[in-house]
Amino acid sequence: MNKGYSLFVLLAVVLFAFAPVLVAETPNEATMGLVQKIFYYHVPSAMVMFMAALICGLASAAYLFRTRPGADRIAAAAAELTVVFGLIVLVTGPLWARKAWGVWWQWDARLTSTLLMWMIFVAYLLVRRFGGPGAEKLSAAMAVFGMANVPFVYISVNIWRTVHPTTAVIPKLPGGMRGPFWFCVLSFTVLFGLLLALRTRLEQRRADLEHLYLLADEE
Amino acid sequence: MPMFLKVAWLVMRKDLTVEVRSREILYTTVFFAVACVLVFAFALVKEGRPMDDAAAGIMWISVAFAGTLALGRTFERERHSETLRALMLAPVSRPAIYVGKLLGIVLLLLIVETVLVPLVGLLFHAPIGNRPLMLIALLVSGTIGFSAVGTLFAAMLVRARSRDVMLPILLYPITIPVIIAGVRGTAALFEAVPADELAQMWIALLLFFDIVFVTLSLWTFEPLMTE
Amino acid sequence: MTFDFTEVAVRDVSRHYGRRRALARVSLACRSGEVLGLLGPNGAGKSTLLSILATTLVPSSGDVLYGSKTAREAGPSLRARLGFLSHDLHLYPELTARENLQFFAKLYGVAGVGDRVAAALERAGLAARSDDVVSGFSRGMRQRLALERALLHAPRLLLLDEPFTGLDDASVAALVSRLRELRAADRILVVVTHDLDVAERLLDKVAVLKDGRLVAFDDAHGRIREHYRAHVTEAT
Repeated sequence: MNKGYSLFVLLAVVLFAFAPVLVAETPNEATMGLVQKIFYYHVPSAMVMFMAALICGLASAAYLFRTRPGADRIAAAAAELTVVFGLIVLVTGPLWARKAWGVWWQWDARLTSTLLMWMIFVAYLLVRRFGGPGAEKLSAAMAVFGMANVPFVYISVNIWRTVHPTTAVIPKLPGGMRGPFWFCVLSFTVLFGLLLALRTRLEQRRADLEHLYLLADEE
Repeated sequence: MPMFLKVAWLVMRKDLTVEVRSREILYTTVFFAVACVLVFAFALVKEGRPMDDAAAGIMWISVAFAGTLALGRTFERERHSETLRALMLAPVSRPAIYVGKLLGIVLLLLIVETVLVPLVGLLFHAPIGNRPLMLIALLVSGTIGFSAVGTLFAAMLVRARSRDVMLPILLYPITIPVIIAGVRGTAALFEAVPADELAQMWIALLLFFDIVFVTLSLWTFEPLMTE
Repeated sequence: MTFDFTEVAVRDVSRHYGRRRALARVSLACRSGEVLGLLGPNGAGKSTLLSILATTLVPSSGDVLYGSKTAREAGPSLRARLGFLSHDLHLYPELTARENLQFFAKLYGVAGVGDRVAAALERAGLAARSDDVVSGFSRGMRQRLALERALLHAPRLLLLDEPFTGLDDASVAALVSRLRELRAADRILVVVTHDLDVAERLLDKVAVLKDGRLVAFDDAHGRIREHYRAHVTEAT
């Protein structure tokens, strides 16, 4: 790993070392107490998950319509990160929900859309892995269709009253909570950027290796 | 434009002729859908009374399952004689081929539904005659939405490994809005006092879904089918 | 404006699947009134090259010129000048001979469908069986029908993938004479075959592929067996 990455890794480590300290010092929320602090990891993970999904969707579209192999590599990396961060969201969410609302799961618009999006990207990885040769295009189609699908899922599930706290929660955060929250967002974003870059590089290396095999074959 | 429609029509007519000769896919799909309905009936009927909205849910799930099978079989047939490749070799617009195949599948599924809906009405005492036109609109728009995505995915999977299990894995997450809209819309129509406005809203959503996903499929068909 | 050409040139074409190289920098050319044979052991890349010529596969590098245009430049009208006889035959078994031909004739926008189809059925010697479903035909009959299907739109370039496999001597002779007719009519023919006897009778040029590489490209002139023995049947 070259210097650029080392710097990033250092930054990520520092941010994450500091984050729990900040989180511990935040004021306890009135009704939920300690459990509410999951929010500091849960929401940034969700933000990152959606960012990753968006990047995957855009890169997949670029790959399908402009056939740039580089785009496919980014898409593959972003899909994996969507699944990983999505898993964090889907695990931390119910942990919070159990204490906050008394149930592990609710079928409201946001939860359902998130779960579905997560499943779409799991399907992306499955196709890529088990689809045989040419599976890159198939998974790209899955990502593009998946992204187009999300608004429809959201709207169709939204007919019922939603239990999930709305996004309006964030601007209303009291001062003591706002700082640490955005710090966590920053930490997660840096981590995401680092992982995306590293993973894309791994795909690039794999492609280079295949290329070298081909060249060696040619001799 | 006329050439496009002509090609789509040709492909569809060919598919229909092939199917009419053997009727294999039609019979097996209808029977499978009926079997599905029965299985669900046993699972969801308690003390002789079906659960609320069971009829609507069962109907749409059976259509989705049967549709997936039909899609798989249709394209397996093409794969067998490599005739999909022959179609791609023709000097015609590739999306027109997609539309032709789509129309064939939609027609097949609509035929299955004409058997299924009365059956569901019978078994679950569902008032299918409440708002027949709206029910038809719901079924048609939902079937088109499901088939639009299904035809594209089934076509692109023809060359892939593990294609039998891949189709449901890819298709179901994407078509969940169709299922939701279809089931909720149908349930709205099956109520004692049919909720017309709600059903209309679901139909509108389905139509919008159809437009978006047929367009998306038309765009992506060619890049996906060429190696 | 119909697109046409008199020469096909394969320029430095390679095709790989991940790590596996199917074709490595193959270059060859063929003109109207010529029959080019692609010979080689199994897995040499012959079918791959044929698919690339048919535009159903895109090369990983290099290109193919049809006249002066590449496939991309020529667009869909190029496909109207290509005919492909695959050994999957591309026939719908549930349709009759006539229906198969009619479908493809209409798809290719051929003028005077009725007459063309009737003539093709005559040519294939299947006029008596025109309204029988193809699933009941023997391999030889299907082959003849498939060949006529590939020729319905009078393509300039005809690609044939192992057309002689599974045929009896009479059918082989009939096919060879048909192909000679086409050659005389200034078509370009590219034939993949294992059958050296036929190759000697038919080919003008021969290209030998091995492991995706072009190991020989020459005028036939009775030297086919030589080439084959030298490159293909050497002890490996």
